[in-house]
Amino acid sequence: MSQARSSPARTIAAHAVLILYTVIALFPVLVIIVNSFKSRAAIFNSPLAPPTAKTFDLIGYTTVLSQGDFFAYFQNSLIVTVASLFFVLLFGAMAAFALSEYRFRGNTLMGLYLALGIMIPIRLGTVAILQLMVASGLVNTLTALILVYTAQGLPLSVFILSEFMKQVSDDLKNAGRIDGLSEYRIFFRLVLPLVRPAMATVAVFTMIPIWNDLWFPLILAPAENTKTITLGTQIFIGQFVTNWNAVLAALSLAILPVLVLYLIFSRQLIRGITSGAVK
Amino acid sequence: MGSLKLENIKKSFGKVDVLKGIDLDVKDGEFVVFVGPSGCGKSTLLRVIAGLEDATSGSVKIDGREVSAVPPANRGIAMVFQTYALYPHLSVRNNMGLGLKQAGAPADLIGKRIAAASSMLSLDPYLERRPAELSGGQRQRVAIGRAIVREPKLFLFDEPLSNLDAALRVNTRLEIAKLHRELKATMIYVTHDQVEAMTLADKIVVLNAGRIEQVGAPMQLYNSPANEFVAGFIGSPKMNFIEGARLGDSARTVGVRPEHISVSDQGGAWKGTVVHAEHLGADTNVYLETEQAGLITIRLFGEYRAEPGATLYATPDAGRTYRFDERGMAVR
Repeated sequence: MSQARSSPARTIAAHAVLILYTVIALFPVLVIIVNSFKSRAAIFNSPLAPPTAKTFDLIGYTTVLSQGDFFAYFQNSLIVTVASLFFVLLFGAMAAFALSEYRFRGNTLMGLYLALGIMIPIRLGTVAILQLMVASGLVNTLTALILVYTAQGLPLSVFILSEFMKQVSDDLKNAGRIDGLSEYRIFFRLVLPLVRPAMATVAVFTMIPIWNDLWFPLILAPAENTKTITLGTQIFIGQFVTNWNAVLAALSLAILPVLVLYLIFSRQLIRGITSGAVK
Repeated sequence: MGSLKLENIKKSFGKVDVLKGIDLDVKDGEFVVFVGPSGCGKSTLLRVIAGLEDATSGSVKIDGREVSAVPPANRGIAMVFQTYALYPHLSVRNNMGLGLKQAGAPADLIGKRIAAASSMLSLDPYLERRPAELSGGQRQRVAIGRAIVREPKLFLFDEPLSNLDAALRVNTRLEIAKLHRELKATMIYVTHDQVEAMTLADKIVVLNAGRIEQVGAPMQLYNSPANEFVAGFIGSPKMNFIEGARLGDSARTVGVRPEHISVSDQGGAWKGTVVHAEHLGADTNVYLETEQAGLITIRLFGEYRAEPGATLYATPDAGRTYRFDERGMAVR
C-alpha cells in the first residue's frame, strides 16, 4: 500500500490537477496585473501578452493616483475591513464560548438562531437596513458599514468557533477556575490562544467578502469621504467610455492589502482547515 | 484542618439523576478513594466538592463551613486532573504559582512554596520549561506541584494516573502515597482502577449508579463486602458468583473469590474441565467448567501446569465463601 501511495505516476497526476487548478484560479488576477502596466491600445490588441518596452505604460497608475482621493478610499476600505474583522472575531468568539461552555435553557436553539444567517443572505434585508441607518443618522458613515459587515460575518464565525471551542479541554478551564481566574481571563488567556487556527480561518473567510463588497458601500455610504476602494474604482467605469488602464491599476492596487492580511493569517489558516474546519 | 462533610448530595442533568443522595464524612488527614464503574457519578461528585458543578440539592461542608455558594478558588481546595490541564502558555514555575498570584500572595512566599514543591517532586531542572517540553509523567508531577503550592485543605485527584503508561503509573502512585504521608493532608482521589484504590486509600467509597454501595478500609471491603456489587468490584480476578440452588444452599447467590479455591487432580468438591489457563508467572488463572458450579475462575499462586481439556477438582475454602440474598445484600 505504501508503494501505491508513493508511485511517481500518482504523484504527477495529483500535482498536475493541483497546478491546473492554481493556473485557472490565478489567471484572471495575472491578466489584471499584466494589463495594468500596458497602454490602452496594447490592452485591446493583445490582452494576454506581457508588457514590452514599447507597450509598457504607467498611465493607469498615474490616473488612479491623481484622480479622486484614492488613498482615502484605501483607508476607508482598510478601516471598515479591519474594524469589522475585529468585532466579528471578538463577538463571534464570545458567543461561541458561551454556547459551548455554559449549559442554559435554549442553548441549542440559540446556536441555531445565530447560525441561521449563514443560509439567509443579509442583502435581502437591504431596504430595512437602509431605513434603519437613515433613522439613526448613520448614512454615509463608515460606522454603518462596520455594523452591517459585523452582522454579516457573525453567523459563520459563531458556527465555526463554537465547534472548535467544544474541543478545548474542560479540565484546563476547570483548572483555571480552581486557580481563581475569572471567566474573562479563562476566555482570553486559555481558550482563545488554543483556537487561534480557527480564528484565522474565520478571519480569512470574513475579510475577503467585506473587502470586495460593492453593494453596501454603494447604498449606505456613497459619499466622497466614505467611499471604499471598490466603489472608488467605479468612477473609471462609465456608461460609454471605460478607462481600463485606471480600472485595472486600481484593482491591482486593491489586491495588495488583502494579500498582506492573507499572508499574515495563512499559516494559521492551513492549520485550521487541516484540523477539520467544519466538523 | 481539612475535614469534609457531604449531606444528601443530589445532582441531576435534565431528567437524568447522576447522584441520588450522597452522605459522607471525611476526617482530617484521611486518604479517601472514590471508586466505581464508568458513569457511576464519582467524577461528578468530585466536581461538586470542587465547586465546578452545583449540586441540585444537599450541602457540602469543608472544615465545617458550608461552601455550596463559594466559588472553587475560595474553597481551599486544589485539584489534579486526568489530562494534567497545565496552562500551555506558562512556564512550569508560573503554572505552579498562578493560583497564589491570583489570590494576591506576596512574591517571596510564592517563590518559597514553589521551591519546596519542586524539590519534593524533583522538578528543579524543569522550572523554566513550557508544558509542551515535558513528558507525560513530568507534566503530571507539575500538576501535582501546582496543587501542593496552594497548600489546600483538601486535595482532589481526578483519575490522575489514567493517562500514564503502566511503569509510570506505579511510580507516580508511590509518589502520591509518599506525598500524603509527608503532607498529612486530606486527599480525595477518584479512580476506576481498584489497584490504585486498594493501595492508596485509608478509606474506599464504592459508588454505583449514583449511590454509595459501601464505605470502608480496603481490607474491610475485601473481607466483608456489604453486597454483591462490592464483592464483584473489589478483587481481581472477579469473585465467582454461583446460584445458591445449584449448590443446595438457601442463599440466592454464593460468592467465592478465585484465590480461595484450591485444586487437585485427585478429587474435590467440584469436578470440571479446564477451559483456559493464563500464566502470569507469579500466579496462574485457570478457567474451569464445573458440573456443579458452572464456569469458575481459580487463581493459583506460582506456576501451575493446566492443559485445556484436563480434568481438575476444585474445592472452595469453606470459611471464605460469601452468601447473598435476593436483593444482593450479604447474609452473615
